Amino acid sequence: MGNTTTIFKGIKEFFIEIGDLSYFTARFFKEVLKPPFEFKELLRQCYQMGNRSLVLVTVTGFIIGLVLTLQSRPTLIQFGAVSWMPNMVGISIVREIGPVITALICAGRIASGIGAELGSMRVTEQIDAMEVSGTNPFKYLVITRIMATTLMLPILVVYGDLVALYGSALVENLKGDVSFQLYFNTVFDALSFADLIPATIKSVFFGFTIGLVGCYKGYYCKKGTAGVGVAANTAVVMASLLLFVVDFIAVFISDIFYEL
Amino acid sequence: MNFNMTNPDQIAPSEQASKSGKAVIEIKDLYKSFGDNHVLNGFNMTLLEGENLVVMGKSGSGKSVMIKCLVGLEKPDSGTVKVLGKEINTLDQQTLDELRSDIGFLFQGSALYDSMTVRENLEFPMRRHKEKLGVVTDTEPLVREAMENVGLAHTMDLMPVELSGGMKRRIALARTLILKPKVILYDEPTSGLDPITSKEIIELMRSIQKKYGTSSLIITHDVDCARVISERMILLVDGINYAEGTYSQLSQSADSKVEAFFKK
Repeated sequence: MGNTTTIFKGIKEFFIEIGDLSYFTARFFKEVLKPPFEFKELLRQCYQMGNRSLVLVTVTGFIIGLVLTLQSRPTLIQFGAVSWMPNMVGISIVREIGPVITALICAGRIASGIGAELGSMRVTEQIDAMEVSGTNPFKYLVITRIMATTLMLPILVVYGDLVALYGSALVENLKGDVSFQLYFNTVFDALSFADLIPATIKSVFFGFTIGLVGCYKGYYCKKGTAGVGVAANTAVVMASLLLFVVDFIAVFISDIFYEL
Repeated sequence: MNFNMTNPDQIAPSEQASKSGKAVIEIKDLYKSFGDNHVLNGFNMTLLEGENLVVMGKSGSGKSVMIKCLVGLEKPDSGTVKVLGKEINTLDQQTLDELRSDIGFLFQGSALYDSMTVRENLEFPMRRHKEKLGVVTDTEPLVREAMENVGLAHTMDLMPVELSGGMKRRIALARTLILKPKVILYDEPTSGLDPITSKEIIELMRSIQKKYGTSSLIITHDVDCARVISERMILLVDGINYAEGTYSQLSQSADSKVEAFFKK
């Protein structure tokens, strides 16, 4: 009996969460095109999220490129297909690994950061203070952050892809005597718009999801310092989970349009 | 149960309104619950123009909830809340924002924006109300005036984290003043401050009231603050205005619930 009650309570809470998140999303679309626009704050957020994620994306992308190439080499050599290395690494990084890994890294860094920042603003009544002063905190805090993640993530993904390809090219150059020029020429020959466009569009949605979840968790943070920790933590978990859902939908739709 | 004052000088708020000026805030039959927790159970209150009214209550008695209902931060379950003649709960967002510029709100924890300097904290509320203030680009004179009013003009380029609790409270007060409000709501203005700083804040509140002629609603559980600043007091007990009168009237009451507030 107790277990059933707990299960029903869990299901109910899940649907309430979905409902609240949907309402939050609808409010974003309702207010995003309404003036006044907070361009200055948007630029500041773009700088914060883009510039400050660069080191993390660089290190991660470079290591992913290195590791992917190092681990694939023995198998490709076994099948006499090592010359396909740039094609394989290029397509897998641009289509899937680059966007997903960069988005997950950003979910960890950005979603938790937004969740904690807005959460602490909520518990210290700073959001209430903005509202009382007649300034719409949703526009100033939420819309700017969601827009910033939506705009910056595709840029970070493209940058991360290039760094990962450079890491891969370095391994090929050292181990396979393949020049950087040949490596990149082969990669770009192998890639088509059917690889680039869905991946870029997907990154836009990844960025939107990260910003949305971070803001949602922070904006509705429960009272108390413990609430801030919970907001930051659940923002990462929920954003990471939703990234895979978005990825699945994106791949499914891409398959219809581009027959991957 | 409403406590009936035995003192013949006591006048009902509605009567006072007609005698000594117009009401700037009127609350009638305010009810608010959070689940099974019934915080306000038919609270009534009137704040008159130019008056200093103190609402006292124990922690968790619903004082902050009541004050948040006045600015639309909380929606009451039922009852009417009129501020400057407008029913708060029926206003559209734009009208509410315009009305909010006439209401100053000093938060219990000061609520300064952490990521902004003191100057930016003061400039922030002006973004939407430049027309009201008659400024187009140069906000500096208004910021300086507000900061000089609280005696902290030298801290304008500091971040909130570099300030003491008392300084934060003064700057929050300066930020409240910047929109030249007609009514100022103080939520526990002296809580968490040492006695000397508390006295300074109370003095500041009095001088601001004198200088600008604002009406003030002060929510507190600090008896000393209430004694010094109040012209009239309301004791909030069990979600209702249990007793009402001047400090001297209430402090001499024989009612046990009223006495409890004034016991040292």
